[in-house]
Amino acid sequence: MAEVLVVADGTASGGVRKATLEALTLARRLGEPAAVVLGAPGTADALAGPLAEYGAVKIYAAESDEIAGHLVAPKAEVLARLVGEVSPAAVLLPSSQEGKEIAGRLAVKLDAGLLTDVSDIAADGTVTQVVFAGSTIVTAKANGLPVVTVRSNSVSPEPAPAAGERVSVDATVSDAAKGATVLERVAEQKGSRPELTEAGVVVSGGRGVASAENFALIEELADLLGGAVGASRAAVDSGFYPHQFQVGQTGKTVSPQLYLAIGISGAIQHRAGMQTSKTIVAINKDDEAPIFELADYGIVGDLFKVVPQAVEQIRKRQG
Amino acid sequence: MNIVVLVKQVPDSGAERTLKSDDWTVDRASASNVINEMDEYAIEEALRITEAQGGEVTLLTVGPDRATESIRKALSMGPNGAVHVVDDAIAGSDAVQTSAVIAAALGTLEWDLVLAGAEATDGRVQVIPHMIAERLGVPALTGARKLTVDGDTRTIERQTDEGYEVVAATGKAIVSVWDTINEPRYPSFKGIMAAKKKPVKTLSLADLGIEPTAVGGANAHTTVLSAQPRPARQAGTRVPDEGEGGVALVEFLATEKFV
Repeated sequence: MAEVLVVADGTASGGVRKATLEALTLARRLGEPAAVVLGAPGTADALAGPLAEYGAVKIYAAESDEIAGHLVAPKAEVLARLVGEVSPAAVLLPSSQEGKEIAGRLAVKLDAGLLTDVSDIAADGTVTQVVFAGSTIVTAKANGLPVVTVRSNSVSPEPAPAAGERVSVDATVSDAAKGATVLERVAEQKGSRPELTEAGVVVSGGRGVASAENFALIEELADLLGGAVGASRAAVDSGFYPHQFQVGQTGKTVSPQLYLAIGISGAIQHRAGMQTSKTIVAINKDDEAPIFELADYGIVGDLFKVVPQAVEQIRKRQG
Repeated sequence: MNIVVLVKQVPDSGAERTLKSDDWTVDRASASNVINEMDEYAIEEALRITEAQGGEVTLLTVGPDRATESIRKALSMGPNGAVHVVDDAIAGSDAVQTSAVIAAALGTLEWDLVLAGAEATDGRVQVIPHMIAERLGVPALTGARKLTVDGDTRTIERQTDEGYEVVAATGKAIVSVWDTINEPRYPSFKGIMAAKKKPVKTLSLADLGIEPTAVGGANAHTTVLSAQPRPARQAGTRVPDEGEGGVALVEFLATEKFV
């Protein structure tokens, strides 16, 4: 059976991102999953446990400070060399900014078929993509090697313990791939909330939240539900919450089990990033807000009354 | 410092967008077409750099004839001129093919820096800047929320999930920007009038030395098999808060097993 390469993505805290476990789960439909770890020395061993548990028969480890210290190009270069050696049935990556960028370079190097933001893969390689703000479903296929980026929350990760045999890979990088040097990585995210695109629950605040301080209310509810915090563009533009948490057309696309839209009117800009969520709940004082058109449950009321009351109720239930 | 800004005409993301049923390409004819919003931030950034350091801003677009409207609109912000690659054979091209066309067009221009929007609102693929960089062998600094051009050094703050990365390159580079980088100016009346007379050079595939068989939907690396509208969401229960809204909400969440 041909190998399917799954480029692993680690979290800042050293774990494997859920998107990678989802990709390993999907990869099994196409062939034998083999994880690829591209990073600083030591990265592969840190990620090996979960990668093997979720089906990686092999773990290709390409580790060097040069890979970690430059933007994207070294990863694509090393990956292209590996593809040349093992002739995989497909290459799967997370649909993150970096995942897409590596995929794009790889597709150019190999003249391969690039399929991004994929939510499902069939055994014959046909993929499903949701496009145009979640309004259209497309099926597509690569002519030649498929290079596929998989959207988070596409499939439930299923454990399938495998050997996870470590195979060291040549990690040398050409000078041409070292043009963009990472000088510094600065962490801004507060607390230990799940990553926005991978969270099962997302609680988002909009213009109605009215201030940066008031976002504490959104954070409190998110923490009680074990969720991530999101924000509409209006809230981000008003400086209430940082841009990396923006959900919508010009921000992140999320597809959680539960999405709470609080003080968000539901302009198309926002709907584009959240309307494939499983259950949508909206709280808004304007009963004509378009968000109610797609909400499974909506409360027309003042968020500053409804949310504190809900927080108190959840606390009561949780004892 | 001469800067080329990549500009794409896209269907307005605020209006309904569809795919054509014969070849599953974006229905651009019936759509209301606009400049990709993120590109306006790239134009603004290019203008600020050249206003401070001198040099010219040239727009580069690949698209059908009607993209001319968007080029004129973008020129009204202040760029000096534009290059429009237009050729019927390009229709339906995928990102890999499109990047080859853009890279070839950049080869005909004198530039120190290429700026682009971080993504287009139609495809949202985010890969074109890195694909072009790969083809031209120059560094790509992507996802910038801040750009500093100091002599030969270009430094960005790259937005990440955890925060940001400071990434630098020397010499020719491709930089893509998010909408957090600046606030684009509105075209002035003078700018709109001047845009009508600015040079827009058109290039065909033959001008770029690209064979028609290297591009187009029929020769793409991927094939769309089907496209259908996603079933619209149905509005569910809506209750007014009469003092117990938070309680009702938590009851709903409990029924759905979220609490």
